[in-house]
Amino acid sequence: MTAEHVSPSKLLRPLSPLDGWQAAFDALPNVVAVTEIAFMAQLNLRVDPSGPAAGAVAKVLGSALPTQPCSSTRSGEYQLLWLGPDEWLILAPEGAGPELETALREAIGGEPGAVTDVSAQRTTLALSGCASRELLAKGCSIDLHPKVSPMGTCVQTLVAQTGIIIVARDETASDFLLVVRASFAQYFAAWLIDAGVELTGAC
Amino acid sequence: MTRLTTGGLIDRTTVLSFSFDGRPYAGHPGDTLASALLANGVHRVATSVNRGRPRGIMAAGVEEASALVQLEAPFPEPMLSATTIELYEGLVARGLPGRGKLADRPDPARYDAIHAHCDVLVVGAGPAGLMAALTAARAGSRVVLVDEQPMVGGSLLGTRGELSDWTATVLAELTSTPEVLVLSRTTAFGYYDDGFVLALQKRTDHLGAAAPDNAARQRIWRLRAKQVILATGAHERPVVFADNDRPGVMLAQAGRTYLNRYGVLAGNRILVFTTNDSAYVAAVELAEAGAEVTVVDPRTDLAPFWAAECARVGIAVRPGHMVTGTTGEERVTGVHLAAYPSGGASATVHCDLLLVSGGWNPTVHLFSQARGKLEYDAELGAFLPVAGLPGAGVVGVRVTGAAAGTVSLAGCLAGGAAEAVAALRDLGVAAQPVAPPPVGTDRVERAGLVLWTVPVEISLDGSDLSDTRFVDLQRDATVGDVLRAAGAGLRSVEHVKRYTTIGTAHDQGKTSGLIASGIMADALGVDMAALGTTTYRPPYASVSFAALAGRDRGAIFDPVRVTAIHSWHIEHGAQFEDVGQWKRPLCYPRRTAFGGLEDLPAAVARETRAARTGVAMLDASTLGKINVQGVDAGEFLDRIYTNIISTLKPGFVRYAVMCGMDGMILDDGTVMRVSDTEFVLTTTTGNAAKVLDWLEEFAQTEWPDLRVHLTSVTEQWATIPVVGPLSRQVIAAVAPALDVSNEAFGFMTWRSAEIAGIEARICRISFSGELAYEVNVPSWYGIAVWQAVFDAGQPYGITPYGTETMHVLRAEKGYPIIGQDTDGTVTPQDLGMSWVVSKKKLDFVGKRSFSRAENLRPDRKHLVGLLPVDRSVLLAEGAQVIADPDVSQLPVVMLGHVTSSYRSVALGGTFGLALVRSGRDRIGERLFAWQDGEVVPVMVTGPVLYDEEGARRDG
Repeated sequence: MTAEHVSPSKLLRPLSPLDGWQAAFDALPNVVAVTEIAFMAQLNLRVDPSGPAAGAVAKVLGSALPTQPCSSTRSGEYQLLWLGPDEWLILAPEGAGPELETALREAIGGEPGAVTDVSAQRTTLALSGCASRELLAKGCSIDLHPKVSPMGTCVQTLVAQTGIIIVARDETASDFLLVVRASFAQYFAAWLIDAGVELTGAC
Repeated sequence: MTRLTTGGLIDRTTVLSFSFDGRPYAGHPGDTLASALLANGVHRVATSVNRGRPRGIMAAGVEEASALVQLEAPFPEPMLSATTIELYEGLVARGLPGRGKLADRPDPARYDAIHAHCDVLVVGAGPAGLMAALTAARAGSRVVLVDEQPMVGGSLLGTRGELSDWTATVLAELTSTPEVLVLSRTTAFGYYDDGFVLALQKRTDHLGAAAPDNAARQRIWRLRAKQVILATGAHERPVVFADNDRPGVMLAQAGRTYLNRYGVLAGNRILVFTTNDSAYVAAVELAEAGAEVTVVDPRTDLAPFWAAECARVGIAVRPGHMVTGTTGEERVTGVHLAAYPSGGASATVHCDLLLVSGGWNPTVHLFSQARGKLEYDAELGAFLPVAGLPGAGVVGVRVTGAAAGTVSLAGCLAGGAAEAVAALRDLGVAAQPVAPPPVGTDRVERAGLVLWTVPVEISLDGSDLSDTRFVDLQRDATVGDVLRAAGAGLRSVEHVKRYTTIGTAHDQGKTSGLIASGIMADALGVDMAALGTTTYRPPYASVSFAALAGRDRGAIFDPVRVTAIHSWHIEHGAQFEDVGQWKRPLCYPRRTAFGGLEDLPAAVARETRAARTGVAMLDASTLGKINVQGVDAGEFLDRIYTNIISTLKPGFVRYAVMCGMDGMILDDGTVMRVSDTEFVLTTTTGNAAKVLDWLEEFAQTEWPDLRVHLTSVTEQWATIPVVGPLSRQVIAAVAPALDVSNEAFGFMTWRSAEIAGIEARICRISFSGELAYEVNVPSWYGIAVWQAVFDAGQPYGITPYGTETMHVLRAEKGYPIIGQDTDGTVTPQDLGMSWVVSKKKLDFVGKRSFSRAENLRPDRKHLVGLLPVDRSVLLAEGAQVIADPDVSQLPVVMLGHVTSSYRSVALGGTFGLALVRSGRDRIGERLFAWQDGEVVPVMVTGPVLYDEEGARRDG
């Protein structure tokens, strides 16, 4: 065992699953840009979309929950991602998790539902650039053409061999949010960098 | 040299050097290896697999059954057709005797895959495919057009530049239309469900050593189309006669293609043996190129146009005749002719090239794979698509052009456009067919004669070798083989295929399959329509495993899941083991006094000693974790687990077991109650996804009335058990605000507390029997808290330990690992854990099965401990447990098997756990473990070998 311990003051900070990977992302051809958005608050929300709890959480979130399959809604600092008929992932700024969790639980009250803080369960990546769709197409079977997957589209699928949530953030398929399990994040990062090897400098 | 000075689609200004069978040659860009060899007068290319006969080039495309070669440079690649290899500078190849040799080193090239989606997928860029793609493109659809050749045109490439201006214009329009993707050098090789088509694109093969490193050499396109149009053309088929395999025997259209596309006159004295009009154009063009051509046609009623054309260019035509055999060795030197069908008036004619046409087989492979129906057309002697698969509301699959049996060019052009209009209509798009370019009059005037093999009795000397009427050249399979199959009583073409191996080689019987069926039908006197064809299966053409593997190799072969603390483990020299997709530290070997590293037993001995006598820590973050919320959460878990959960109070933890409906243990773990309506349960590492699915199935389908929701939180929490008699001091040091006394923080309870400023959930649970605190923090803080605990534990000699030590510690206590000590046939009672099965609950999953007679048998296998009499012998996990050491008489009665086996510091020797029939009744008995041919005496004990009274858990 090495005696050189890193000082606690340095380590008593959160460490994101892709800490240390940004340099490799930056080395990708400039037709894509990849950045980890670490420590985003993430809450898994389960309510009956037609029950009173849905209305109550909508007040907290400032927007009705999206009920269109594979869609998402922006509401101020929140992104509400449809994951299933009664399941959503709420993305919120770093640190907003505990307070929002409490507010949502209070809103649901005694109605059926669940709010679970899963902020550290996954990390998020922003993928942008004109070759974004081509890059994802190397491992993702979903049609991310803007006609098929317009802005706001949110799908749970596989990219290569990892489960992932993909959110389309513009109308030209050149800005995506990728939400991936923490334990798979390094595999996914390695896959992304490998998939980017052949991208050229122009779209 | 047989290369013409002008003509063809080759670039004569550039010379490419290559080598074949050790000899240097030259060719040009635009050549295939086959055309370049023919241009150099090389006809013999390969040797047949079983009979060692010289073999040449019989085709000009993927249907080639004969010219099998191995590439040697830049990288060895076996079993390729010379006709599908584009020539490049520095190519090194050799002919194969039927079998190739895999490279002895890893392929350095990249292979990858990509997904693409479209409204209309057109397969084949010949006249019909181009018309279809253009019609769809002009309608504004998303179109993908794939074609195996490096340039579009399909059958037009084998003509004298027919419609070449038009194809160039169409290609330019397609490539400049947004949402249209033209993929050349791309072979659609499989049709799967719902418009899913796989295609292989050869992207840099043709560049040889000049291929860029970062570009994928080959790419699998995973195409998903709403409508599919197959314009896959047709393959010419030969007629079978004796010695039809000699180099210089070639399909007629291939001879024409080598002339027009590659500028190669493959023979000077050419005999064309055809049963139909399509080969006459080849004969005429070859004669005009300077060859002396004779046409042999079994039909007597010749088309007047072709009779006149032959006369014009000086071709001798012998109607009512057939070819019965050939002469020559390395290359055909002559042809035996006879009157058709009598076989009389035989004669021998000299030639150096024999072109054969027995008609055309529409390329219906993909359509058939799509479950399209085929019907035998007696006039064409081929199976044709009955009709396209309709596409309204589903994926339509349409066939057009020669693939649909259309013979004329004008018909192919019009058909391609019409099918595109129909496909677009099914998509709700009104489109107009694009206008076809003007073409000349079609000159197929007379029906062809369907002839599989010439009707000549040949005298065989009884040996297989005397039959030289080859049906499948690649398999050296003959007419005699087919007849023998019929004689053996085989009636199905599928059986004949397996019996004769016809159609099973790299070419998959493109030229031979139908002929075999035809010979079979004639032999049995049945109708071809009734006999049918063999099943068309993917892949249509050979696909290398490297291409199929794509990027799933090396470091990203399979996801490697890591915990939040992984980098610390690496920095501290952990040796890892794979647990499912997870990497977990197996142990942390230390440097020894001699400068080496501890081996596994030494590291585990040290780590277990620390856990039993001091303090040690483990990364258990891989444990599955599920958050269960809702007012019915307790009721739900009561129904899932064998023991009662609903009575658990917030702040407490319970060990729990869940069974399948058969009463067999499915998984175990702990359940922590967070509040009246919230629990967090753990699962074994490898079972996390399976347990969540199991729970969801019951929540969603069996008990939808229960108000409960399940959320995976496996990776939300980093989990760090701090284990050992000194663990209390360490936890007290990192969580100063927490009262760690046994009175305030008892066994099987949990507390929220700050560890080094991080909010943590700490559980007093133990998988070792020692005093232990399991620290859970959000995984972002996993490494920070791990380091804080490690630092705080330094005064106590805290020792990180891995999974092997974890296993030893739990086994000493008789704690089972589900999936290691159990195998899906083991009940809680079998494990001696009746206490975990509630007798009060009305019902739970598996309860009913516990009262089955089988589950009540006294001689079920029980979990017991085994102590080898010689405590230095390590039992083999999986070794059979037997009562009688005499193994000279087999079979031996087997009582069970060793499930776990370790060396133990605490127990002073080796020990094991085993499932043994009536095991609990045998405690104290001497049994034997049979391993490696030796019989090892063991004493049966209870499963708990260490601290049976449980005195250590509170420190």
